[in-house]
Order: sequence, then structure tokens, then C-alpha cells
Amino acid sequence: MKLEMRDQPGQLVAALQPISAVGGNIIAVIHQRETLAATETLDVQIVLELPEEGSLPKLLELLREQGVSVVRIGEQRLLYECTLITIGHLMHTDLSDTVDRIDTTGSAEVTDLSLAMPAINSPSSARITIRSTTREEMKKAIRILRGVAEQKDLLIIEPLEGV
Amino acid sequence: MRIVILGFGSVGRGIARAILAKNLDLTVTGLADSRSGLIDPAGIDLLAALDRKGNGDLCGNPDVSPADVVAKADYDVLVEVTPTNVDDGEPALGYIRAALGRSKHVVTSNKGPIALAYPELRDLAAANGVFLKYEATVCGAIPLIHAMQEGLAGNTISRLYGVFNGTCNYILTRMAEDSLTYEQALAEARELGYAEADPTYDVEGIDAAIKLVILANAILDMRTTLDDVERTGITLLTPEALRLAEDQDCTIRLIGEIVPEAGVLRVSPRIVAKAHPLVVEGTLNAVTVETDLAGDLTFIGKGAGSTETASAVIGDLLYIRERHVQGS
Ligand SMILES: NC(=O)c1ccc[n+]([C@@H]2O[C@H](COP(=O)([O-])OP(=O)(O)OC[C@H]3O[C@@H](n4cnc5c(N)ncnc54)[C@H](OP(=O)(O)O)[C@@H]3O)[C@@H](O)[C@H]2O)c1
Repeated sequence: MKLEMRDQPGQLVAALQPISAVGGNIIAVIHQRETLAATETLDVQIVLELPEEGSLPKLLELLREQGVSVVRIGEQRLLYECTLITIGHLMHTDLSDTVDRIDTTGSAEVTDLSLAMPAINSPSSARITIRSTTREEMKKAIRILRGVAEQKDLLIIEPLEGV
Repeated sequence: MRIVILGFGSVGRGIARAILAKNLDLTVTGLADSRSGLIDPAGIDLLAALDRKGNGDLCGNPDVSPADVVAKADYDVLVEVTPTNVDDGEPALGYIRAALGRSKHVVTSNKGPIALAYPELRDLAAANGVFLKYEATVCGAIPLIHAMQEGLAGNTISRLYGVFNGTCNYILTRMAEDSLTYEQALAEARELGYAEADPTYDVEGIDAAIKLVILANAILDMRTTLDDVERTGITLLTPEALRLAEDQDCTIRLIGEIVPEAGVLRVSPRIVAKAHPLVVEGTLNAVTVETDLAGDLTFIGKGAGSTETASAVIGDLLYIRERHVQGS
């Protein structure tokens, strides 16, 4: 996110403090004094990781209290990734519907799919990579996938290390 | 110390051979197979008994039943190594009850009685002031139970997971290595004697599930039964699935997992990074235990085999001798 704050000592620390208060993790801080800007403000860009989606509004509120204004919130990246393998009659049971059921959650999506189809009528295998913004969303996506698998009689192979 | 060996198959004979080969100071005063028994307070000639069995004969006298040996022989420890029955634990359960009731220690490699009746047997052993030991029931030669009860005493175990079935591990190793189908790999395992004629018990994850129940009840203070284990076997796995895992430097293994706090017991094929210590080859077993004080520990070793399983039984016997039995 891009922040704007007064160019005074201690301001940067004041801006960073709320991030740890909500359990966030600062990945990078980039700040530069714009020579053009005659204002007495400092532009800072912060790349950070938040524990859950709900912590963003809380962070914004805390920043506002510190007198820091948030100029722009950049893209929220899908940080959590999980790869599973599924075996069964994937085409007969509408693989794209299986993928849709995860994508329609809005917060998790299938970002990669590799399909291996052997002879006709024998079960095919697919590797599915799911990404999500939070761990909770990932757990939810996997729950959905398990449900679909049960319904469609597919075998789901989950990773050992969970999400 | 005087012992009775009940069951003279792969494990029973492995124990006899180890006793003959090494100076373990164990005297076998009773021996039985399914149809005969032998009692000799002075010590049975094990070499002769092995020869008889090797020639396809009975190990003892057909007029002496296994139950007679348990009830009448003079011994300190019953070594119960008869076949596993996971429906009612019999006949092993009856033998073990009878021996404990006579205030005899019991060492067993038999999963049935421990998975089905551990609390009852533990209380019976305690009431009679004797030990009940069962190291060989889980992961053959790996001293996992001893490590958890003794070495890791004081630790809280947050998760335990691993490869508990050598047959499945062999099949999956072969499917990954040479792109064999499940059926081809199973046929190969049978030929090598790694799989039974009816492999259901192994490939459907039942064997691994029973081991989880034993660990959960006996070591982790849980109260579970086989029905509590969420279980998926390996029969539906395809070479393509293994290749898809392989493309990402991973493989697939049948993993048994216990998460005590969440009450989770499950056996299922899982994707595991090839560099993970649990990815062992062939019929090996491997178990990782996550603890609060000791951190993570991984145990790797042979999960079955005549001599290897005998090793676990003998470890239990010598443990009992150290702590309890005076004289021999
Ligand atoms: N083999 C392994 O690597 C391994 C590893 C871990 C645990 N275990 C467990 O250890 C136990 C023994 O395994 P194993 O491989 O040695 O089995 P096994 O080779 O089948 O031998 C079983 C022995 O028990 C005898 N027996 C059968 N019914 C009996 C009865 N009612 N009373 C007395 N004896 C009886 C059999 O008699 P006959 O000789 O007359 O048939 C045979 O001698 C099983 O519970 C198994 O699950 C085995």
C-alpha cells in the first residue's frame, strides 16, 4: 500500500507500529522524498502480509488514528498455495464445474490444472493448484473440494503439510 | 528368565533363532503352534523344534493345546505371537488374559488384542503386578513405543504421522520408479512375499489404521476404535497421479496421521515432497513425532520381517527382566 505522512521524525515508526499490532508482517518499506513535491509530506510504500482478510480494515483505522493517510491500496495477492491431486472420472463428472465450485468462492481460485488422461473409460488424474488470500479461505476451498469429491466419487490426495 | 512362545511362525521362529544365536539368557519352557504344544521346565530344544517346523511337522505334541501351555507351563513371560484378528482379538486375547490372570508378564506382536482391548488388559496387568509390552505391534523393529513412553516422557505430542505399512510403501515406490500400474506393483509385491494373497488389510489402510489406534490409546491417552479412523487406501492410485506429483518433486505415500488435540486419526494417500524424511524406499517404515520439548523426530526402520520383529519382542523381554524378574 502507499501511505502519505508528515515528514517528521518518528512518523515512519508510528506508521509501522499498527501493522505489527494487527499481526501483519512487513515485507518491504520503500520511501523517497519527492523533490517535486513542495509539501511536507513523505510518501512511503509498504509491502506487507496480513494474517487474515479481516485485519485490513482494522489496520486502516489504526493508521488513520496515527494521522497517516493511505493513498492507495495495491493489489492483494493470493499468498497461500496448495496443490492437490485428484483421481476419478474427471471429465464425465464435469471437471470445469469442479473448478468453478472453488472459483465462485471469490477468495480462492484454481490457478493451475494439469490433467493426465490414460485410456478411455479408465480414471484420469489431475493436479490442481489452488491459491487464496488467507489460510481460512484455503481451508474452506479444500472443504469444498472434499465435498465435491464425495459427491462425484473422486479421490482427493492432499499434501502432507496441510495448507 | 523363562518364557513361553505362543505361535511358531515367522516371528516366533525369529525369536527362537535369536535366542539360539545370541547369549540372551532366556529359557523357553513352553512352545505352541496352532495344533500342538510342548512344555519342558528344563528348557525346550529350540534347534530341534525349528527343524521339525522346517520339515512341515508340528512343533510339539498334538495332545497339548496352546491353551494348556499358557495355563500349565512354568514361566515368567508369555510371548504371544499368533496371527492377528481385528474382529475379536481371539485366540490371542484369551491367551493374554489367562497369562495376566496367572500373574505372568506378557509380550506380544499381535495388534488385535492391543487395538481392541488395551484398557482392560492394562488394568488386568496392573492388578496382577505384571508388565504388558507390545513394541512389535507398531512398525516392527522401530522402538517407537519405547521412545515415546520413555525417551520422550514429559513431552507433549502435538502430531504424529508416517509410513506405517511396508506393503503399501513398496507398491507406491514401484509405481513411482517404473510407472507400474497399481495392479502390476501389487503382483510384484506378492511375488516377493511382501503382500498377502488377500492384500485388503494392507492396501485399504486397515493395518495402518490399527497401528494408529494402538498408539492413540496406549501412548496418547485417547479413547478410539478402528471406526474412528478416517481411512482411504491406495487401490485407486494411478501411475499418472504419481507422475503429476513427481513433476513437482513430490511423490505419494500412504500416511497415517494422529493429531491428538483435534481428535484426528486418518490414513490416506498424501502428496509428500521427495526430500521429506518420511519418503523412504521399499518396505521401510518411517514415523515423525512432533513434540514440544524435543522438537520433531523421525524414526526410520524395518516395519516387518522375522528377525526385525523378533528384535522388538526381545527388547521388551529384556526390559521386563531388567525391571522385574529376579533370577532366571
Ligand atoms: N511377520 C512380521 O513381520 C510381523 C511384524 C509385526 C507384527 N507381526 C504380528 O506378529 C504375529 C505373528 O506373525 P507371524 O508373521 O509370525 O505369523 P505366522 O507366520 O502366520 O505365524 C503364526 C503362528 O501362530 C500359530 N497359530 C495360529 N493359530 C494359533 C492358535 N490358535 N494358537 C496358537 N498358535 C497359533 C501358527 O501355527 P501353525 O504354524 O500351526 O500355522 C503359526 O505358528 C501376528 O499377529 C502379526 O500380525 C508380524
